[in-house]
Amino acid sequence: MISKILTDTAQTRSAKNPETKKSGDPVTQELKPAAINSFSAAEKDKTKVKIKLSEDKAHKILEICASYNNDPGELINVLHETQGEFGYLPAEVQEVVAQGLGVSTAQVYGVVTFYSYFTMIPKGRFPISICTGTACYVRGAEKVLEEFKRELNIGVGETTEDGKFSINCLRCVGACGLAPVVLVGEKVYGRVSPESVKTILANYEEK
Amino acid sequence: METIKLTIDNKIVEVEKGTTVLNAAKQIGIDIPTLCHFELCDMGIENKPGGCRVCVVEIDGRRNLAPSCATEATEGMVVQTHSIRVMNARRTITKLIISDHPFDCLVCAKSGSCELQALATKFGIREIPYQGEKSTYRKDTSPSIIRDVDKCIMCRRCEMMCNEVQTVGALSAVNRGFKAVVAPAFEMDLEKSPCTYCGQCVSVCPTGALTEVDHTISVIRALSDKTKTVVVQTAPAVRAALGEEFGLEPGTSVTGKMVSALRRLGFKYVFDTDFAADLTIMEEGTELLQRLKKHLSGDSDVKLPILTSCCPGWVNFFEHNFPDLLDVPSTAKSPQQMFGAIAKSYFAEKIGVKREDMVVVSVMPCLAKKYECQRDEFKVNGNPDVDFSLSTRELAAFIKQANIDFMDLPDEDFDNPMGESTGAGVIFGNTGGVIEAACRTAYELHTGKKLEKVEFEVLRGMDGIRSATIDFDGLPLNIGIAHGLANARKLLDDVRAGISKYHAIEIMACPGGCIGGGGQPFHHGHSEILKKRAEALYAEDAGKPIRKSHENPFIIQLYDEYLDRPCGHRSHELLHTAYFDKSQEVVIE
Ligand code: SF4
Ligand code: SF4
Ligand code: SF4
Ligand code: FES
Repeated sequence: MISKILTDTAQTRSAKNPETKKSGDPVTQELKPAAINSFSAAEKDKTKVKIKLSEDKAHKILEICASYNNDPGELINVLHETQGEFGYLPAEVQEVVAQGLGVSTAQVYGVVTFYSYFTMIPKGRFPISICTGTACYVRGAEKVLEEFKRELNIGVGETTEDGKFSINCLRCVGACGLAPVVLVGEKVYGRVSPESVKTILANYEEK
Repeated sequence: METIKLTIDNKIVEVEKGTTVLNAAKQIGIDIPTLCHFELCDMGIENKPGGCRVCVVEIDGRRNLAPSCATEATEGMVVQTHSIRVMNARRTITKLIISDHPFDCLVCAKSGSCELQALATKFGIREIPYQGEKSTYRKDTSPSIIRDVDKCIMCRRCEMMCNEVQTVGALSAVNRGFKAVVAPAFEMDLEKSPCTYCGQCVSVCPTGALTEVDHTISVIRALSDKTKTVVVQTAPAVRAALGEEFGLEPGTSVTGKMVSALRRLGFKYVFDTDFAADLTIMEEGTELLQRLKKHLSGDSDVKLPILTSCCPGWVNFFEHNFPDLLDVPSTAKSPQQMFGAIAKSYFAEKIGVKREDMVVVSVMPCLAKKYECQRDEFKVNGNPDVDFSLSTRELAAFIKQANIDFMDLPDEDFDNPMGESTGAGVIFGNTGGVIEAACRTAYELHTGKKLEKVEFEVLRGMDGIRSATIDFDGLPLNIGIAHGLANARKLLDDVRAGISKYHAIEIMACPGGCIGGGGQPFHHGHSEILKKRAEALYAEDAGKPIRKSHENPFIIQLYDEYLDRPCGHRSHELLHTAYFDKSQEVVIE
């Protein structure tokens, strides 16, 4: 349990009652209800969700929560900073944020899915950003976007299976003179046409 | 109290400052239609997101219509609640809501009690001019509850219940715009979420987006199978609410009519869960005294407080949220499961029916019982102790389907040996009732003296957390009571921190206890209905010749013939259980 690394109330209790971990109280120990034996492992698996996360990561998240006083009202800021740290917000990260701030995981997920800024999918090694600001839009950014989607077979906010490319949209990068503009990582491509999409992608062919 | 005056529909009304326009209108009998708003007065439960805008009114001097549920009444305000402009707006709003709603009324479980359907009828809506894409989302079926979020209108009442009243946090609004739904984290199935199946979300959902898993068809199948002996048990809270479905005043107890209706539906034996409630008291009370004695004699291995365990919603809650405290609750099964275990052993043997040929049906105010009866530990070779669990609402619908004139039914008695109960068993349906029943028995067993006054008024009432000290002949016993899981969580946090002052704690997941269960007739936020149901049970208790569980002659007989003694060997096998850690686990590598 995550609570093991949180100095939370569970530990307080076991410190006060060192017997906590003993199984059951003496009355039931001598006479075991038949029920115990029939509780199958399958049943347990059905209800238990296991999530794997490295200790470093968990610590980092809890540190971020603590820097906001573990205040549930700071959920958005905590998520913002956590995403800054990891690049995206996978389920297990959301679990730990929920525990750190004492809110339900469903609520964290609600916020993550409400704001388009947050993402649960890691960006590709070469994140492609297509500007759909007004200038780019009127100069055909839409068609360029469609071409990227078709070429890579992914949608906006998605990442290719090999983790190489991801697509998202931007609102005006301040290079309207070059419209339509596409960024791949830090590199800026101007006056992109649907026909030049293939050429751009070819630059990232790995040898 | 500071008051203000305003004019609503040309009538002057004086209300307390801070009252909403909606409630001010209500005070003078003006009914403004609402959809998302929900209030359980007296219990501090209110949902007013102001989102649906069905409740709009016209206020002089304001250009826009205002949602009355979220607008505070102010001095001198002049309000029109049913002007042509308002009625047009309401109709348009309702049409817009329906335009993204399936036209499933013919086959919808909520048809007839759906608030959206009622609005469509009230506003005379005959066609939907807006034709657009409709949201489609997978149906999610858990052991107790079905989520069909295409019918969700995003009122977020369920979220309020699950997060604020129950602090379970299984549901939240997720995604945005057209794709917005109310769902568990990562949109996983409810079964994988920390949901307790308390059903409180179902009891407030205005539409068919959240409904119970209906077991009626399975029951009808069992009843029509000649090789089966079908036995039914009815929980205490059912008799105090079933009448509402037939137009009776809330708080009318219909025990006798309910029994005859069940007989007419074809159940071979009509028994009472109250009998099993008495049995629960024998086991739980004895366990309490055993733990108490050991504790008093200085045995530090024995933990107090002992927590009641007869509410499966509550059991689910602590299995998910307090896995470090699994040794604190009593090991006694819930009355539903005690009944099933005894029916399929003792009673089946008595009448010479094989376990596989007996079908046990329960009628419960509860949706968590639907899940509970499917738990693996309550099965013998795959055969469950309780086969099917119907809610109070399902029983009412079943009776109507069979064209039984409920009001015309004679009062009949339960069958024996599992139909006899004491007043102590009856009050199980109320918050505080289980612990009161336990006190009646534990007092006499502990002191060896006769209890002169069986009513423990200090344990009654509707406050979310109550506590009292009962004098056990010189031994002061501290009792805590909580209903609603947010309240339960507070008491549990104290236990976890080692600062709980109680010897025994009763917990019920639903506000009011089982009388306010997720399977009861919809109360639509009228808390006086809950109070009347509670009074009905206390009155039924007062009218019983025997009011202490250990004096129930059939309980005595059961121990003589079969179980030997409370918490004895056979009791442990049949009547006690164990709890499991179901917490979400984050594995640190
Ligand atoms: S049944 Fe209870 S715990 Fe489950 S989602 Fe509904 S309100 Fe929450
Ligand atoms: S599921 Fe029901 S209660 Fe919950 S938001 Fe939707 S309509 Fe409202
Ligand atoms: S309080 Fe009663 S109705 Fe509610 S979950 Fe518990 S047992 Fe079921
Ligand atoms: S009922 Fe008032 S906004 Fe929905």
